[in-house]
Amino acid sequence: MRGDSGFPVRVRFAKRGKVRFISARDVARALERAFRIEQLPLAFTEGFSPRPKVSFGLALSVGHESDAEYLDVELTDPVDTDVLAEHLTPVLPEGMPVTGAVRLVERAAALQESITEVQYRVEAADGLGRPIPGAVLETAASNALAADELLVTRTRKGKESVDDLRPAIRNIEVAHDGEVPVLELTLLTQSRGARIREVLDALDSFALVNGERVGLTEHRALRTSQWIERGGARLEPLEADAFAPVLETSAS
Amino acid sequence: MSNLWPRVEPLLARVEKPARYIGMERGSLRPEHRPSSTSWLLVYPDTYEIGLPNQGLQILYEILNERDDALAERGYAPWLDMTAEMRAAGVPLFSVDTHHAAADFDVFAFGLAAELVYTNVLECLDLAGVPVRSEDRRPEHPLVVVGGHCAFNPEPMADFVDAFVIGDGEEVVGEITEVVGAWKRSGRTAREGVLRELATIPGVYVPSMYDVEYDGAFIAEVRPRFPDVPERVDKRTVADLGEWPYPKRQLVPLIEVVHDRLNVEVFRGCTRGCRFCQAGMITRPVRERPADQVRTMVQDGLRRTGYDEVALTSLSTADFSGIDGLVAGLVNEQQGCGNVGLSLPSLRVDAFTVGIASEIQKVRRTGLTFAPEGGTWRIRQVINKLITDDDLYAAVEGAYSQGWQRVKLYFLMGVPTEMDEDTLGVAHLAREVVKIGRKYTKKASATASVGGFVPKAHTPFQWFGQNSVQELQRKVHLLRDDLKKSGATLRWHDPAATYAEGIASRGDRRIGRVIERVWRAGGTFQEWSEHFVLDRWLDAMAAEGLDPDWYVTRHRADDEILPWDHIAAGLHRDFLWDDWKEALAAHGLPDCRWTPCYDCGVCTDYALEHVVASAVPPAGGSQGTGQGLAFGREASISVPVELTTR
Repeated sequence: MRGDSGFPVRVRFAKRGKVRFISARDVARALERAFRIEQLPLAFTEGFSPRPKVSFGLALSVGHESDAEYLDVELTDPVDTDVLAEHLTPVLPEGMPVTGAVRLVERAAALQESITEVQYRVEAADGLGRPIPGAVLETAASNALAADELLVTRTRKGKESVDDLRPAIRNIEVAHDGEVPVLELTLLTQSRGARIREVLDALDSFALVNGERVGLTEHRALRTSQWIERGGARLEPLEADAFAPVLETSAS
Repeated sequence: MSNLWPRVEPLLARVEKPARYIGMERGSLRPEHRPSSTSWLLVYPDTYEIGLPNQGLQILYEILNERDDALAERGYAPWLDMTAEMRAAGVPLFSVDTHHAAADFDVFAFGLAAELVYTNVLECLDLAGVPVRSEDRRPEHPLVVVGGHCAFNPEPMADFVDAFVIGDGEEVVGEITEVVGAWKRSGRTAREGVLRELATIPGVYVPSMYDVEYDGAFIAEVRPRFPDVPERVDKRTVADLGEWPYPKRQLVPLIEVVHDRLNVEVFRGCTRGCRFCQAGMITRPVRERPADQVRTMVQDGLRRTGYDEVALTSLSTADFSGIDGLVAGLVNEQQGCGNVGLSLPSLRVDAFTVGIASEIQKVRRTGLTFAPEGGTWRIRQVINKLITDDDLYAAVEGAYSQGWQRVKLYFLMGVPTEMDEDTLGVAHLAREVVKIGRKYTKKASATASVGGFVPKAHTPFQWFGQNSVQELQRKVHLLRDDLKKSGATLRWHDPAATYAEGIASRGDRRIGRVIERVWRAGGTFQEWSEHFVLDRWLDAMAAEGLDPDWYVTRHRADDEILPWDHIAAGLHRDFLWDDWKEALAAHGLPDCRWTPCYDCGVCTDYALEHVVASAVPPAGGSQGTGQGLAFGREASISVPVELTTR
């Protein structure tokens, strides 16, 4: 997507609070309008229906929050990436602050192909919406990680298939730093991938209270980071393809 | 007052398009509720995607929030899935701005643009915990107010609405705010006092202040109950649109909605005089916005919203004085700032208009829409849509020759005096249009969309008996058979829904019980074909002992008291009746903007004038401008409508 003379930029933003209910497509439109409002020089595709040259990372499900969303956008002229956040945050929907921006190297690989790993913080609840004891979660997590395979059934285009989820799960931890224990999922994205819902279903078979499954449901999910693994190193996407040394702005 | 968000939030994981319920649009406000402020909840009783762009609601939202003594929030009808979740969880209807309970507002106002949403109003009231009938409300309940074009026949909704606003709302909402504010300060005593006070505001109709007497099926008299309540309620009109440059901060929704673009209203009112068109009749006279203000609103609006498209809206935008210059200027100014598109809805049918369209649409020339409305020149004279076949062919020739590939044509079906040759005229025009298109491209296509005609209050056709469901169906089949293998596509609107609209459109107070029954039987979102069932309406009519054909397909007589006769749009009844007779004789009537006044009554009675920058008709816009059209007296032929007296 990147032309020879453009100025490619990667932007990191969050999606917290009420705005988590808008779709990935809505996010794209909000960002495009924010660039227009700030009169930032978007580059457009040629042809009958010119579109701005933008590309996104892994789509976030409607209802999930994130501290680590990324957008690659091509501008026609250089801009000061250090002040992009100051420009964009006030004209973006509340809960969608821009938390960093870098100029990209020419012809950086597309985000979708580069991202190898994502992390989520998931507040789980039982079938009745009540928090689940930390010990139950810990047992479920260690049993799931110890399993050779975690089979789930997925329906795709009307056909059912049984897939093994285990290769897509790098790690599951239980954090106790908040009011309720939360699951920290580290998932690999390049193979089949795993949805949070599927991971919870797999965990549920190990989450027993008095011998009964608790009925793990997702109460709230936050994507905390996305990573690019390259040459054995795990890189934050702003660092991975930056043209110049990274200058981050603080989250607002 | 309570913020319902913590109770709304858990429901959103279980419904489609949860962003319908979160608010947060750019331009939206979170006003602080104070006891000293009159609080308005402005509701568009349809889905968020249809309601959000409504300009009337957005204008009043801004005007009220600019006042020190008022605040306004917005609400929309929750979709069926959300309604079910809310009822199950005991969550009442809420505003999207601060998620306040609807019942906590002082004024609960609805904008009504179409009759089939009436049952949604009842659903919204009930979901809010407000009694649906005004007689059951107590002082602590909000005052239920309705505005919009449907208020011009308020009677079918009279049981449910405390006060109707007739006409433009910009000024009157302030006057209502003051009356309601005083009522609040005096401790919100009995409702009757404040309602009587509201009834004295010009343009406000309070149905409970009027008694209706019947003589059999007919209305014998509509009488004010008190001497200070006016016998007739006249519409309000904003004399100069230039004084009201709203919306200044058009809302930018987070999800896709209809008309998802910057909208700038370039004029209000229309005197083309199309006899079927209620909007044109009730919004007279023409009031243009100064061209400089249009330019400023476009520039500021684009800069503020980040939209890449702007529409110049009105009932017939090509009629705006100097439209070509305005468009050329806007197109030039927008160049270089990122592909801004300009669109002109409601295009007139002629080559001049296509010229403007090609000026605007340098790229993306896919489809153009025209509304000749009638299949033959005779029927177009009847409905006063004075477009000749040659006008249409020239427009279409222009479109295809300049790169457009699809032409869409809108037609009405079931207008007065319509005969099968008029119906088949639609097919003839569609075939000719395809033929013209094929000269330029093999891909040329044409679509004819036909909609069943529903006569509306305050139009010359208010006395006309609508076509029956069977008759409309027969005409659809006639057209469908005739258009087989023609290259033209036919689309039509469900004649059953047209019939139900006919019940509500010219109904009287007795129709209120019918609307309530349809709602109680689960009939919400009636304008959504998948939720519409005509039997609900017919069953409700039967249960109330009312004959639907008496309301829908019957021609009214000259001396009949119409349910809306005590509401005035300024049009003299004599003018409308004469125009009705002219219609039956297939006589056209020119546009009074550019020809001598024929005294419809609006300007003279209300001391108004057209506000138009140019006293001459637009170039090429010959239709109805008195430029060399023979008004077809010779075309008068015997037609299947008889004028009867009762």
